[in-house]
Amino acid sequence: MDVMELLTSTLIQGLIYALISYGVYITYSILDFPDLGVDGTFPLGAAVTAVLMTRGVNAWLTLPISLLVGGLAGLFTGVVHVKLGVRNLLAGIITMTALFSVNLQIAGSNLNIDRGTDTIFTSAPVMALLGDLSLTGRKLVVSAVLVIVIKLLLDAYFRTKSGLLLRAVGDNATLVTTLAKDRGTVKILGLVISNALVALGGCIVCHETRSFSATMGTGQLVYGLAAVIIGVSLMNFYSSSRLARGLRKGGVLRLLASPQGTTAVVLGSVLYKLCIQIAMSLGLPTNMMKLITAALFLLVLVLSGRKGEAIIHA
Amino acid sequence: MLEVRSITKVYNPGTLTEQRLFEDFSLTVEDGEFVAIVGSNGSGKTSLLNIICGSIPIEGGDVLVGGTSISRLKDYQRYATMGRVYQDPAAGTCPNLTMLENLSLADNKGRPYGLGRGVNKKRIGFYRDQLAALGLGLEDKLDVRMGSLSGGQRQAVALLMATMTPLKFLILDEHTAALDPKTAETIMVLTDKLVREKGLTAMMVTHNLRYAVEYGDRILMMNRGRVVLDRAGAEKAATSMDDILAMFNRISLETGN
Repeated sequence: MDVMELLTSTLIQGLIYALISYGVYITYSILDFPDLGVDGTFPLGAAVTAVLMTRGVNAWLTLPISLLVGGLAGLFTGVVHVKLGVRNLLAGIITMTALFSVNLQIAGSNLNIDRGTDTIFTSAPVMALLGDLSLTGRKLVVSAVLVIVIKLLLDAYFRTKSGLLLRAVGDNATLVTTLAKDRGTVKILGLVISNALVALGGCIVCHETRSFSATMGTGQLVYGLAAVIIGVSLMNFYSSSRLARGLRKGGVLRLLASPQGTTAVVLGSVLYKLCIQIAMSLGLPTNMMKLITAALFLLVLVLSGRKGEAIIHA
Repeated sequence: MLEVRSITKVYNPGTLTEQRLFEDFSLTVEDGEFVAIVGSNGSGKTSLLNIICGSIPIEGGDVLVGGTSISRLKDYQRYATMGRVYQDPAAGTCPNLTMLENLSLADNKGRPYGLGRGVNKKRIGFYRDQLAALGLGLEDKLDVRMGSLSGGQRQAVALLMATMTPLKFLILDEHTAALDPKTAETIMVLTDKLVREKGLTAMMVTHNLRYAVEYGDRILMMNRGRVVLDRAGAEKAATSMDDILAMFNRISLETGN
């Protein structure tokens, strides 16, 4: 594989996995809720997608269905935490553990989608629009469009009243209570949105790899966290830089001066995939991938000086 | 009318550290009254506010507003008619949201938080006027992160936010205690102005006896879960700070504080 091809595939991976980092961004950065349920919700999206695809359901229909089932998983974590009073970390662990079996029940076993089935990347509308591109090219365009559309939707949502309240609950839950709103309900809403996005990530990965495996969720929260922390740290570093301060003074480039958190986590996701890819290219065996993921995460934590405390949405 | 009717509050019930704070404690606050509550640490001032707001459970008794019990209402439901400002200036605002976002959130209290625009640009002028009236130069800082403002500035904004929408009760929990004397004075003057203008019923816990005498329509002194002094109207007007201080010192000696 030449370098260009490797970089493109890394970029595709980074973009698709950015969907997970959006989800983690909402729980970890905004809600201050380390949601381990991610490790179960991600394969849940893939399991549902794989089953639907092998039954001949339209490829694009798997996206809203994954969002929905992911949202339900988030609802479960939220209800366990808020209504049953279980600590956030444990609520996520319960969901994650339960989903491992649920995912296997849904999929039956590890699944492969045969070459004859159309994924979103080979579906008729995409072929009509991007038929001239190679499969890799189509994957890049489709995942980029998806990631950008969702970024814009999230940014718009964060500016709504509901979005403001969501940001407020992670920032100062007491204030939300004095605004006569139930902080628990707001948290549950955040978990629903977050897990819906993570399951969508699993769905797209399933389209991309044409497979579901029960263990594909292991380490996805760590992945999402690393992407969020890299992205947000870089954004904070950039925002306080001379360049950004210069840009903020005015002109058309002003928009570039204050990047949104969602932009930052996409960047973080791509960079993190790149780091892992580089490590792999240096000849490390695939079995070492989770070790590299963990080691890089540790490095990121130490370098960013955060060591695990919440980074709140700026 | 706000009524606390023969409440019982026990901390750590059934343990060695069990502490009975309130036993058959009752208090009635008339509409439009500005009640200042003083008393030494552990006398039950803040517990009383927490019980009224539903922040802590009670073992017996009832809390009523206008004759109707609110004991079954959750804390956030009670805040529909109540505003609260805390001792910690960070408690009343969101540090990572801008001042404009904070004010917009508070401005929407009582209405649904749906998918409409979070910040209503038409209200910016109103926010500016409100902030300008504080005289803290905050009117030009609407886009500044709340967390980067000083404690006094944050507390002033928290007070504005707590009273922005129509409400009946304002609960002030030592809200000037963490501020420097000059800022505390500014906040106190603002508090008084807001309470009078909006005709609020206010309950203010304070350690500043002068504020209690100067701004309260009624002074309560609490000790070990009981009201030991309760003066309003002409009786309160005849009460000087020295009287209160003398009483305070006597109680402190008795309780070994």
